[in-house]
Amino acid sequence: MELCDLTAYEIVALIRRNETCAVDVLESVLCRIEKVEGCHGSLEAGLPSPQDRLKVHAYISLNKEKARLQAEEVDRKITAGENPGLLAGVPFSVKDIFCVDGTLTTAASRILANFVSPYTATPVSRMENAGAVMLGKTNLDEFVFGSSSESSAFQPSPRNPWNLDRVPGGSSGGSAASVASGEAVLSLGTDTAGSIRQPAAFCGVVGMKPTYGRVSRYGMIAFASSLDCPGPLGRDVRDTALMMQVISGADPHDSTAVTKPVPDFLGGLDGSIRGLRIGLSPDYFQITFPDPQSGEYIQQPLPGAISESVRHAAKLLALQGAEIIEDVPMPNTRYGIPAFFVISRVEAASNLHRYDGVKFGYRTPQEVSDVRQMYKKTRGEGFGLQPKLRILMGMYVSAAQYSAQYYQRSLKLRAMIRLDFDRIFDPAGKYRLDALLTPTTPTTAFPINAVYGDSVLMQYADQLTVPANHAGIPGLSQPAGLDQEGLPIGIQLLGPDFSEATLLRLGRAYEMASAGEDWRKSIPGLLSI
Amino acid sequence: MRESIDKETFIHLVDLAAFELSTEEADYLLREMNKQINIIKEMAAVPIDEEILLTTHGITYTPEISPGIRPDECQPSDKAANILQQVPQSRDGYMIVPETPHTELE
Repeated sequence: MELCDLTAYEIVALIRRNETCAVDVLESVLCRIEKVEGCHGSLEAGLPSPQDRLKVHAYISLNKEKARLQAEEVDRKITAGENPGLLAGVPFSVKDIFCVDGTLTTAASRILANFVSPYTATPVSRMENAGAVMLGKTNLDEFVFGSSSESSAFQPSPRNPWNLDRVPGGSSGGSAASVASGEAVLSLGTDTAGSIRQPAAFCGVVGMKPTYGRVSRYGMIAFASSLDCPGPLGRDVRDTALMMQVISGADPHDSTAVTKPVPDFLGGLDGSIRGLRIGLSPDYFQITFPDPQSGEYIQQPLPGAISESVRHAAKLLALQGAEIIEDVPMPNTRYGIPAFFVISRVEAASNLHRYDGVKFGYRTPQEVSDVRQMYKKTRGEGFGLQPKLRILMGMYVSAAQYSAQYYQRSLKLRAMIRLDFDRIFDPAGKYRLDALLTPTTPTTAFPINAVYGDSVLMQYADQLTVPANHAGIPGLSQPAGLDQEGLPIGIQLLGPDFSEATLLRLGRAYEMASAGEDWRKSIPGLLSI
Repeated sequence: MRESIDKETFIHLVDLAAFELSTEEADYLLREMNKQINIIKEMAAVPIDEEILLTTHGITYTPEISPGIRPDECQPSDKAANILQQVPQSRDGYMIVPETPHTELE
C-alpha cells in the first residue's frame, strides 16, 4: 500500500516513530495527483476531452511549494524533538470556499476567480497549526449551490473515482473525490443541506456535518449562514474523529461558534455501544421526488440495496449490544426540501449582495455609464446560473407581500422538523434515542449530466440529509456497501446536539464490525487501472 | 405547469438583483423559479399549530454556550495593503467606481 493510501492516524504514527517523513508522504500524494488528477478546473476549459473523461479533476489549484515547506517544518520538529502536532505531516485538501491567506479563493465562481484571500479561515489554520500539510483547493458547485459539483465555473468538474462517468456528489465533490482517489488524506468541506455527507456517500468515504456552531465558520464564504457547517471528510471514522478534534471549538471571530468544551473524540472512539438506543424511521426509507413532466410528487421505496445496507448496519450494531427501535415516526421530514428552498435562498440572496465588483473580485471590463450599470454587468457576467437562480428566488420569497406565506411559514416548518428530533432524542420521552440510523442518499452516484439543469430534482438528492441542517444536529455518513453497479452506498447516523462523540463511537463500531466484509476489499475503479 | 411568477415580476426581480441576463438565461431562470414555487406552495397546505414559533436556528443558544459580546477595543490590522490590492480600481487608498446614477428631482 502506498503512503498516500494510508489513513491520517497511520501516517501520524509512522512519522512520529520516524518510520517515514512528512516530505515522503507529501511526495506520495503528489505522485498520485500527477497520475489521476488530469487538468485542474479552469475558466477557459471547453467541453471535456476524451482524456478529461479518464481523470478526477478534484482540484482548482495546488500549493505545492507551500506544502513542501510545511512538510519540511514537520520533519524539522520531529528531528528537534518538538511536538509536531496531532495531524503531523497529513496532507489535506480544502474546499475552495474557505479563505486561505495568499491563495486564490474562488468559490468556483468567475466573480471570485481573481480573489486572493488576505486571511485564513479558522478551521484551515487549526489544521495547519496541528501540523497538517495543505495541498490545495478543491473544486465544488459554484458558491456551494448544487449536489453534483457540475455547476462549477471551473471546468472540467470533478468526477467520481469509483466510476468516472458519475458525479462525485456536491457541493464538496472535489473534496470527497480527492480523499477517495488518494489525492488527499483528509479534506475540509462544508455542509448546508448535505454537502459533506452526500458526496462522502457517493465517493465511499466518511464525512461529518458537526452540530451547528461546533466548528467556526470564520473565513468560510457564506451560502446560508444559519445552515452552513464546516466539517471533515476522511478515509475512516477514526480519521474523521481526529480531524474533528483539531477543527472544533470556540472562536472569537465567530459569534455562532459555541464555547462548549470540545470532548476527546478519539479517546472514547473504541468504547462499548452496549445499551445505546438507535432508531429506524419509515420516513427515511421512502424517497420523494417531483415528476419531471407533471411536477406532481412521486413517492417510492428506497432502492433495495440502500435500504438493505441500513438494515444490515442495524443488525451489526445490535450484535454489539445496541438496542434497535423500529418505526420511529419523523413526520415532518418531507418538508425539509420545500423549507430549504425558501430559507436557504433568502439567506443566499443576502449573502451574495456583496459581490458587486467594487471592493474585490471580478469587475466588468465593459464601458459603463454609472455604478448601477457596473453592478448589473459585473454580476451578470460573474455569476453562473445557479447563484442567479438562488438570488432571484431568495428575493421573491422574502418580498413583503410573500414573506408571511413563504419565509415565515418555512421558519415554522423548520421548527417542526426540529421538534421531530427533539421528541425522539428526549431522554424522558417515548423513544429516548441516542441516534437515528438512516440512509444518506436516496440513490447512489448518478451519471454526469443526468440531473444537472433540473434545479428541483437536483435539490431532492439532499432530502435525507437536509433535515439535520434545519435542526442544527450533527450527522455522520460512512460507507456501508456497494450497489449492483459497484457504486458506494452511505449510511447516516444523526444525533442530538453536540453528540458527535457518540456518533463517532457508533460509526467506529459499525466500521470494525463490517471490516471483513467483501465490499471493503473493493477500491475505486480509477485506482485499479 | 402552474405559473406563479409572471414576466413583469421576473424583470423587476432581475433589476433588484442587479443582473443583466441573456434571453436563454432568463428563460431558464424563470422556468426553474416557477418549478420551485410549485414545490414551495405545498407548504401552504401543511397544518401548523399556532404555538409553533419561528425559528432561525436549529440549536438553542444558551448563555452557557454563547460567547459574550467582544470587548469594544480597536485592533489595528496589518492587512490594509493586501485588501487594497484586491480592489479592481483604486487610487491613493480609495476605491474607484463609476458615477452614481443621478435623478433630477422636480
